Amino acid sequence: MNKSLVQKQVLAAAALLVCMGAAQAQDATAEGIAKYREMLQDGNPAELFEMKGEELWTQKRGPKNATLEKCDFGKGPGVIKGAFVELPRYFADTGRVQDLETRLITCMETLQGFKSEDLYKAADNYGKGESANMVALTTYVATASKGMDFALPQTNEKEKTMYEVGKRLFFARGGPHDFACATCHGVDGQRIRLQDLPNLTQNPGDGVGFAAWPAYRVSNAQLWTMQKRLNDCYRQQRFPEPKFGSEATIALAVYMGVNSKGSESIVPSIKR
Amino acid sequence: MADPMRIRAALAGDETTVRVLMAHIMETGIRKDASGALIPAHFIQDVEATHNGKSVLKAMWSGAVSQNPFLSFKFRGAAKGDKVVVKWVDNKGNSRTDEATIA
Amino acid sequence: MKNTRRSALKATGAFATLVSLGLITQSQAQAAVDRASFAVKTLDDALKAIGGNAATSDQVTVVSPDIAENGAVVPVGVVSKLPNTTELYIIIEKNPTPLAAVFMIPAGTLPDVQTRVKMGQSTNVVAVVKADGKLFSATKETKVTLGGCGG
Repeated sequence: MNKSLVQKQVLAAAALLVCMGAAQAQDATAEGIAKYREMLQDGNPAELFEMKGEELWTQKRGPKNATLEKCDFGKGPGVIKGAFVELPRYFADTGRVQDLETRLITCMETLQGFKSEDLYKAADNYGKGESANMVALTTYVATASKGMDFALPQTNEKEKTMYEVGKRLFFARGGPHDFACATCHGVDGQRIRLQDLPNLTQNPGDGVGFAAWPAYRVSNAQLWTMQKRLNDCYRQQRFPEPKFGSEATIALAVYMGVNSKGSESIVPSIKR
Repeated sequence: MADPMRIRAALAGDETTVRVLMAHIMETGIRKDASGALIPAHFIQDVEATHNGKSVLKAMWSGAVSQNPFLSFKFRGAAKGDKVVVKWVDNKGNSRTDEATIA
Repeated sequence: MKNTRRSALKATGAFATLVSLGLITQSQAQAAVDRASFAVKTLDDALKAIGGNAATSDQVTVVSPDIAENGAVVPVGVVSKLPNTTELYIIIEKNPTPLAAVFMIPAGTLPDVQTRVKMGQSTNVVAVVKADGKLFSATKETKVTLGGCGG
């Protein structure tokens, strides 16, 4: 008799715990994941890509057998510190707004003699062959701005236009799921499974969103640049994937980058 | 030659902490490719770290160690400016040796 | 046979010097386990390969997250407070081949290492250490979950 009463009490207590537990378990999970991510920060394999990029920066390559040391990313030839946090921006010599990755291709063509069509084609085979070199170089240049705040210029007409184009694209719904970037990234507090989805219509904060890519993804041991990240977002939405370096991707980067003004770049970061 | 490691060695008090990032695919040998064929095992099996010629760590690894392995360990008896050398050998006989100066 | 062994040892003069100086012991100079141990398929077999059952000890700590977002890269460390710790073993209980890594610790090196391992599923991470020739262990469960599409 005593036993069954105790059993009932235990069951009742257990049931209560389960209800409370669900909410607490979610917190514990979030805490656990945060701890996991923290443990990964020490020793980011992205450094291996950065090292490779540093080597390539000073290596004589291409038909012109020249290094990339005179490449101008917007702050003057050879200046890479602070360049990443001001990209994409307008370049007078090409007459267009370019991001880091397309600007790199411009330099590889003008300084080293590579054909840009070949490089764009190679970029489609992400992370392999010449794309691997471009990813390494992108990581190297981006890392030079680590800890600096985003300050994309919006002084040139084309820069301003790209911002508006990016905004339109961000909210444009389409594809078989009728998704837009905004579907996942348009409001606060959304999540896919364990990934928090930052609100990219505003400044999502230091090291978040635009401020976190390029990043090393442990799930596939790849270093993903912003071009790859955007390409994969479109793939996940079941949209046709954008061409590497397309105006659409650069416009979206301008939109996100300008929104991130003042937030700190933690690139290269490490992600699941 | 295999891609270089990133080695950082820092002295605090009498302890030197060495942190190493190795570039290696660490293929287990149990994964299958698109056609269903097993991808051959290719992973670092032996690691050794030395300081002034003396071994300060030896490790034997399986394919269960993650891709682009990270290793951190601590030892005593070194001074700033000393060199730490790390060498790995994989199951195919490839190897890589890199060194770092203790900061 | 005795003669060849002695002469072999003599030939490696440096080795003998290190042993005589007490900087390394004979057993430390040898590999801790043979390669075949990495092919065993159960926790029990892994323990057998290492040398038998290990007594649980609160002087041994498994440093691992409670929950890992991706089983491909799980930070795992072993720390031993036991004196004369010469070997550290990392075993992932439910992995196809549980013995993941072995570390040989010479005198002067702290029994404190961190690495990252692959975990096929939520399971126990078992750390075994050899101290003064005896085996001690600690266990911690790490849950492995799957992250989302992005990030």
